Amino acid sequence: MEPTLLDTIIDSVAAVFMIVGALMSLAAGIGMMRFPDLMSRMHAATKPQVFGLFLLLSALALELRSWNVVPVLILAWLLQLLTAPVSAHMVGRAGYRTKHMKKETLLVDELDAVVARAEGQGGDDPVC
Amino acid sequence: MMTIVLWITGSILVAAAALAIVRIARGPSILERVLATDVLLVIIAAGLTIEMAVNKHTDNLIFVVLCCMIGFIGSVTVARYVTDRRNA
Repeated sequence: MEPTLLDTIIDSVAAVFMIVGALMSLAAGIGMMRFPDLMSRMHAATKPQVFGLFLLLSALALELRSWNVVPVLILAWLLQLLTAPVSAHMVGRAGYRTKHMKKETLLVDELDAVVARAEGQGGDDPVC
Repeated sequence: MMTIVLWITGSILVAAAALAIVRIARGPSILERVLATDVLLVIIAAGLTIEMAVNKHTDNLIFVVLCCMIGFIGSVTVARYVTDRRNA
């Protein structure tokens, strides 16, 4: 079957989405190397990945041109969208408690007073 | 055209995976390693998605979903049980 103009346009959009989505993963990798501490690396690890995966799944939907796969793609992306903040929050919490961070890069440390009060009351579980 | 896209995205993803693996090797803490492993898992999912888009099939869709699940469970589990040994 001869590819129509519409096919060519959809293919081009999907190609652009794929390249930008791969660049988002590269941005996450570069951020892992260049940022100074755990708290800033957390940003680089989560945000571009969610957007990049969205672009790649959109490209897949465009290439397949079928409505049957769209619910599964939405499920995969929603799963990533819901789990990335939760895991980043848990990692950040544990990182704060174990002091894997540079306090001097922070402008405001709103958690400091809360943690000090909890430790003063003899909190037996320092992580949660 | 799709072959060129495959080559470009493939090289970008290999570079990103190499950077994530260097971060896994260097550390300095287990939390950074688990974070870099999460990044690496999403890069693998991205590679599977691109391969499916170029070859127009849906065989690996379940692995893409599983990659997200495993990354989440892994980082939450590690973060839950990391404690400060210097104070304990």
